[in-house]
Order: sequence, then structure tokens, then C-alpha cells
Amino acid sequence: MSFEEWYRQDRLPHIYCAGCGNGTIINCTLAAVDQMGWKKEETVFVSGIGCSSRAPGYIVTDSLHTTHGRAIAFATGVKMANPGLNVVVFTGDGDLAAIGGNHFIHACRRNIDITVICMNNQIYGMTGGQGSPTSPKGCLTSTTPYGCAETPFDLCELAIAAGANYVSRWTSYHVKELEKAVKTGLETPGFSFIEAMVQCPTAYGRRNKFRQVADHVEYLRVHSLLKVKYDRLVEEGADVPADMFIVGELARRNRPAMGVKP
Amino acid sequence: MTRTEFWQGNTACAEGALAAGCRFFGGYPITPSTEIAEHMALKLPKKNGVFIQMEDEIAGIASVIGASWTGARAMTATSGPGFSLMMENIGYAAMTETPCVIVNVQRGGPSTGQPTMGAQGDMMQCRFGSHGDYSIIALCPATVQEMFELTAKAFNLADTYRTPVFLMADEIVGHMREKIIIPDSVDRAVRKELLKGTPPFRAGADKIPGFPQFGKGYGVHVTGLTHDERGYPCATNPKLHASLVQRLVDKIEQARDRIADYEIVNPGAEQVFVAYGAPVRTVLQVLHDHPGGDIGFLRLRTVWPFPEKALAEFSNARRFLVPELNLGQIAREMERHLDVPVVSIPKLGGDLHTPPELVEAQEAGR
Repeated sequence: MSFEEWYRQDRLPHIYCAGCGNGTIINCTLAAVDQMGWKKEETVFVSGIGCSSRAPGYIVTDSLHTTHGRAIAFATGVKMANPGLNVVVFTGDGDLAAIGGNHFIHACRRNIDITVICMNNQIYGMTGGQGSPTSPKGCLTSTTPYGCAETPFDLCELAIAAGANYVSRWTSYHVKELEKAVKTGLETPGFSFIEAMVQCPTAYGRRNKFRQVADHVEYLRVHSLLKVKYDRLVEEGADVPADMFIVGELARRNRPAMGVKP
Repeated sequence: MTRTEFWQGNTACAEGALAAGCRFFGGYPITPSTEIAEHMALKLPKKNGVFIQMEDEIAGIASVIGASWTGARAMTATSGPGFSLMMENIGYAAMTETPCVIVNVQRGGPSTGQPTMGAQGDMMQCRFGSHGDYSIIALCPATVQEMFELTAKAFNLADTYRTPVFLMADEIVGHMREKIIIPDSVDRAVRKELLKGTPPFRAGADKIPGFPQFGKGYGVHVTGLTHDERGYPCATNPKLHASLVQRLVDKIEQARDRIADYEIVNPGAEQVFVAYGAPVRTVLQVLHDHPGGDIGFLRLRTVWPFPEKALAEFSNARRFLVPELNLGQIAREMERHLDVPVVSIPKLGGDLHTPPELVEAQEAGR
């Protein structure tokens, strides 16, 4: 099979803007799901509200498009009631880290056997570009017209601290790495969290001096700091540039998990 | 072989759910409903079921809805503050036609109010609490026996009508202990399956679509957005939205006579008490103390959809008296259906009406 067979063809075209990074992340996820050899009838995609959360509507499996921020809580019910199902959650930075923050950390703590893919575009895209909990300091959004004054969350650090078994971060540039990371997440028993940094040309790019989509993807590429390089910098006692984010596998462990397929 | 027990109402509720085949409980502790969760935590794992204490009531009802889509009979239990938190996802359950049972052991509100005192202040909230138009079913137990029976019945109604069903109990019935007779088994309605090849949200004359359980190969997309018969989002088509919401309301309202569950005492009386939940007990005492048939009584077990046909059975009624542990929420609903006066007998604070209070109200204005 190919990842394309997981798409609900009669739902295309999708709602995403030209240049949006979400499609790349969905492709990578479905490619990884396809490699798992999972049966479609045993796989469920769950999401909340936002651009990223529209993804399950384009996938042929059973899918639950729920309320804002609550996808992981719904997914917990699905997985606990039927551990035989493979449960994957699509979410975004606003859905996961603002309104859904509590469900996120508690699912990490429970280490429930689901995989959560967060498309982090650092802004609320669907509602027209408001600041999110991952908006970088100083960036312009429609609710931070003088520059974002708040400190953003590091979602991966949050997941690691809260107890997730597998955590990694990549970007829409790193498609092969991302696909591999999602597959590892799907294979790992317990809670897996994959953060995918994505460009949002419509809401974020145009306000923050990314004239072209490729400029933003290039920004994501050059500001990615490989985990191995980061570790080396720390070891050498060198400074880690403040505007860079770490990419790679950030946690893989084997803590007791809930809802694992018998 | 039936057996007799001496149980607390909340225990009876949990046992009623277990007897009905409830396999999933997701919830959050809150007085005065917590014993239901505790009993489910004790019993569900032994029955191959799942108990999960979620991080809040929002997650509790969310997990219940998720579990229900795997085919499980699923429930949660809460009280006022938690009930308020559940409202958004209750609307989601109504929109997605997810069978689920929500128990509200009511306490004094608003806000934190009186955690350990009984009330019936959430009767309108359970009907209208989430945004938008929809209908639901609500049952009110007045005895420990009814805590068992109506909980079991709530699952049947939820599966039959694919809707959230509320057991609107109160602290008094939830915490009292009395004799209960446990049946061998309880009737089980079946959640009608979707015929393969049928659009998942297409309904026939009963306006209730078949259920496409997750994991069975239906490939159903479930969304809280306005959706077409395929389940696909279609949120800007005015006609589609109107017909979907109308169907969600109609499927309950057109079945109101079948859903109605009530008892009539002395239908020829001119003075008629109407009660549900704990105040039923005071009315029964008044009837016991005043034999002779001149006091009528409508004992409601279904409150929503409101069984207005029951009112018509009191053909000589000159007025209806409605003792409630709120400021007249159901009395107001009754006024919509009646030409004769409705006398609200509200009581706040957590104490039941005393029999003399009801007698006095009945005699005042005769």
C-alpha cells in the first residue's frame, strides 16, 4: 500500500491554504502508518479544533473530530475502551498547549498508548492569526500587534517532564526524519509525542516577514539544531543560540504504559 | 432469584449501570456523586470493564463519548460544578448522536454552593445547558430502587435514541439508604447497527441513524461540525444545518409519549401535586396522611422531554401544585402546557418540604 490509499479521496480538495505545512505532516504520518502494516478498520484518528484538527476528515479510517483542546481526552476513552485499536491524535499548538494543556500533561503522565502529532505553526491559523502559547517572543500576531510579550512553551520538554515514553521534534523541511520519528512513535508502547514545526504563510508568514513560503521553511531548517549537536555544545560548555530549537529524538524510554494492545 | 439489599442511592445507581452492562466509567470526584465513581472503580475491573479517573469533568465526559464510539455502554457521574464543565461536550454528544449516560447528583448551587445538600437546580441546565438547539432525555429517581432501575433504563434510552441521557438525581436520594430489591437481570435495548453501505448519518422515519461502531470497518467520520449524511463537514449550507438540527430535536420529541414514564394517583382530583425526585417522597406522605382521593398526584420519572400528556389525564384539575428544590423550573415548563393555574412551591437550602408545608400550600388558595 501507499500512504495515498489512506486518504478519503471524495473529500479532496482539502481546506488548507496554498503553502501550508500541514499536508506535509499528514503525508509523513500516513506514510509511517502505512509502514506499520496496520489495518484501516483497526486504526482511529482523533483531533480537536483548528487547522491541524481537520486532518482526520481526509483519512478513510474511523475518525473523531472533537471539541477544542479535548482530543486527547476523547482518544483516552477510545483507547481504554478498546485497546485493540491504534489511536493517533492530530493537534496543533493552540489546541494542545492552550485549551488542551491539562489533558496533554495527564495523558503523558498516564503514558497511555497513543501517538500525538502536533503541527506547531506558532499561531492560531483557522481563526485568523492570533497569538498561541508557542508564539515566539516578539512575533506579530493579530492579538500581539506590538510583538508577543509572553514566553513560549517548549512542548517537547513539557511532554518529557510529564512522562511520555517517546518524544521527538522535526519540521516540515525534515520529511524523512519526521516520517521515521512518527513510525518510532507508533511502534513505542505508551504515549508518543511528535512535534512538527510547520509554516503558516497565511496567518504567520505574512505578518513576520516571510515573503515566500520557502523563506519560512528555510528559516525552520536553519534554526533547527540537531540533538547530537546540541548535546555536543552542552558538553563543551558552549552557548546554545537562543533562537534555535532542538530537533531529533528527545526521549525514548520504557516506562509502564496504559491501554497497550493485549 | 431477586435479592434484597439495604443500599445507598449512589451504590444503587452504580449497580444499575453494571446490571445494564455499563463497561466504561470516566469521571472526576465530586460531592455528592463520588460514591458512584468509587463503586465503579471497585466493580468495573472485575467485570472486564474500564474505570478511569480523568483530570477534570471535561475529560470525563470526553472519555465517555470516545468509549461509546467503540460500542461500549459508557457513563459518567457528577454534580453541579462538574455538570457545568461538561456542557460543551454534552452538546458534542447531541450533535454526533453518541449514546451516553450522565448522572447528576444535584447539590445546591450556583457555583460551589452547598456540596452536601440536595437540590434540583440543574433541571433547566440539563435541558438547555449546551449551546444551540437539541433535545435530550432526563429521568428523575425518587427512591434508591429507582436509582437502580432508572440508571439501567437510561442506558436503553441512550442506545435507542442515540442521545445523551441524564439521570437527574439529588443528594437526598443519592445518599439515603433504604431497601432495594435487585432483579436477576434488566431489560437491554440494542444499539441499532448501521447497515453496511448506508451513509452513516442517514435516518429513516424514526430519525435515528444506525450506529457505525469504531473498529468494524465503517470508516466513519464523526464531527461536531454541521455534517451531511456521510458525516462530512458542511457548515455553511443553511438548509443542511436546519434539517440536521431539526432531526436531532424531532427524534426525541416525536417519541415523547414512548419515552414518558410517570404514575398517576387519583386522576379525578381537583388539586394535583406534580413532583419528581426527592420531593415525591413528601407528596407520598401527604397522600398517606390524607386518604380519600381528593388530592391528585402526578409522579414524574421522565422530566425531559416533558410528558405533557400526563397533565391531561387529570380532567377535573383546577390547579397543579409543584414542590421543587429550586425556584420553580419545572412549574414554569408546566405553565406552557396548561390553562389552569400552576402553583410553584419552591424550597431552597437543602431540606425537603415537610408534609405540613405541602398541606398548607394546598389549602391556601383552595
